[in-house]
Amino acid sequence: MTVSEVPFSIDLSQALPLAASEITLAVGALVLLVVGAFWGEKSAGPLSWIGALLLVVAAGVAGTAPLGVAFNGAFVADPLAVYAKVAIYLFAALAVVLGAGWTRRQGIAKFEYPILIILASVGMAMMVSAGDLISLYVGVELQSLALYVLAAYHRDDAKASEAGLKYFVLGALSSGLLLYGASLVYGFTGSMRFEDIAVVASGDAGAGLIFGLVFLMCGLAFKVSAAPFHMWTPDVYEGAPTPVVALFATAPKMAAMVLFARTLSEGFGGALGDWSQILVIISVISFAVGAFGGLAQRDVQRLLAYSSIANIGYALLGIAAGTAEGLQAMLMFMTFYMIDTIGLFACLLALSRGGRPIRRIEDFAGLKQDRPVTAIAITILALSVLGMPPFAGFWGKYFVFGAAIDAGLWGVAAIGLVASVVAAFYYLRIIKLMWFDAPPEGVVATDRAPKEAQWTAWAAAAFSFPLVIIGLTWLEPLTRIAASGFGAG
Amino acid sequence: MIEAIAFYLLAITAVFAGGAVVLSRSPVHSVLWLILAFFASAGLFVLLGAEFLAMLLVVVYVGAVAVLFLFVVMMLDVDFVKLREGFTRYLPLAAIVAAILLAEMIIVSLAVASGGAAAGGQIVPATADASNVETIGRVLYTDYVYIFQAAGIVLLIAMIGAIVLTLRHKPHVRRQNPGDQINRDRRTAVEIKSAETGRGVSPEELL
Repeated sequence: MTVSEVPFSIDLSQALPLAASEITLAVGALVLLVVGAFWGEKSAGPLSWIGALLLVVAAGVAGTAPLGVAFNGAFVADPLAVYAKVAIYLFAALAVVLGAGWTRRQGIAKFEYPILIILASVGMAMMVSAGDLISLYVGVELQSLALYVLAAYHRDDAKASEAGLKYFVLGALSSGLLLYGASLVYGFTGSMRFEDIAVVASGDAGAGLIFGLVFLMCGLAFKVSAAPFHMWTPDVYEGAPTPVVALFATAPKMAAMVLFARTLSEGFGGALGDWSQILVIISVISFAVGAFGGLAQRDVQRLLAYSSIANIGYALLGIAAGTAEGLQAMLMFMTFYMIDTIGLFACLLALSRGGRPIRRIEDFAGLKQDRPVTAIAITILALSVLGMPPFAGFWGKYFVFGAAIDAGLWGVAAIGLVASVVAAFYYLRIIKLMWFDAPPEGVVATDRAPKEAQWTAWAAAAFSFPLVIIGLTWLEPLTRIAASGFGAG
Repeated sequence: MIEAIAFYLLAITAVFAGGAVVLSRSPVHSVLWLILAFFASAGLFVLLGAEFLAMLLVVVYVGAVAVLFLFVVMMLDVDFVKLREGFTRYLPLAAIVAAILLAEMIIVSLAVASGGAAAGGQIVPATADASNVETIGRVLYTDYVYIFQAAGIVLLIAMIGAIVLTLRHKPHVRRQNPGDQINRDRRTAVEIKSAETGRGVSPEELL
């Protein structure tokens, strides 16, 4: 077929409704940008609330938009994408709300803050809907570029600038790895589309394709901060503004995990044996680094960075199972993990003594005296993240281990259990400090907590227990629908 | 025959120039080697029949990016000798990693050469009836409109990011406001003071 005979295969009237939520956000962000540019810095407050509202509206649009494939296969709207998008938009909205108050109190409120988060959400939505290698890469870059800027948002703070620069340089390196892998995959399959790649990969994949796959996976593992590609995580979590870290630890992780799952099971379903063993190795290293690395940490945000490395290991284990159950387990695990994490970061935002945020673990000593309710919330959330039944985190791990064992990954599941026990130490230490230790001499009382952070923390804690019991009954069928049709082998 | 000679000449130039970019002592020389590498790659594109990409490479990368690099290298006061201090210290580890990567790539190339590339080969060849530009233009705004728009948003974010991270409003800058200047009328601009005849006015009275 010569080029001039190639039909114009685009039909925008059919394609645009599928991407309605992305278009809503992109156009909305442009409008907010113009309004902000004319009104100046004083518009930061109202624009944050409008931005958060826009994200919630986009979540509604994403939930009701039609399903299908558009833009020459580059955009896939299926239940998995819809589930991930609704979660991503809602958590991004929470990050906007938490950040609006925080930036105002720090005196660095700017109207670009909600706009960057909205544009990052567009990138994350592209990632979860990626149907070929180009939209995968552009989605990843769109999301990462906005997050680099957000990491360095507090530009007069040396640590934040360092975090942004480190994240940017290492992110560029990982993008290079990802692109190198993508170019090899394209070279050996002759196509960018996952379904065409799957045809080649299901036969005798060949060394070249697997070589490309490995590089692709390295690039993606960097984006989810799985060990041994985790080096940036502790520094970025420590240096970046707390509400931005609350975003880093939730929505982008979900987007990258769904992208990971879709790339591997749609594009390389036939090569399950090849990528499953890589994922298993990455999972085991992540368990070890996350559990043991966290033991020596004194800074709470660094501690949570190691916690997220370990938890990503569990989520990857769900994908490594290679079944629809594994993917469903990953989605449930990530949902619970996101709720717990945003709750913990909201607690950090709610706590300060004499205007200084509580960052060191020792500062939690005796917290029960002046902030009993927040102490209860932290206790519930910490128990949930470490996987104590009947809290939410337990159910996530329960499903992941179930799927892993069904797929015959006994050994890794056992290592994961051991790692949870090790990691339990550092969560339990915080709980012990709060409830059983006396506050150090001469410490000032905690300040009044900002309302939005307090309510987010309480809501997350209430979900982790006891609402999770009700939540399970509708999350389980939802994630099952989202994961149906996937699963390789 | 002549094609093969051209290919090997350009390929060797590109690889040699690429090595020189990393190895040359002066950063200005590095940029100049980089320009040579770009030119050699552009020649390779021409051999592949992608003359439009070759032109883009020269115009955009040589014309804009490399020149920008030169500006940055010359304007930034960076002590490049100091930057290279750790070079010999990290050399053994770097050499091991590089050797492993090189060995892996050779093994893969050999495996591919013996087994043949996988089922690929559906790559659409350049056709005679349409020029490069026409072919790219035909798909850029149709099949790839989604990616094209998304790439536009990526650039927008880069712009917003640059402004967020670097723009500082200085408090004592006197800005010219043409609107205010034009809207001045006689009442706000001129004040009439009556002066007694024969006495004149002192400067204090004018304020």
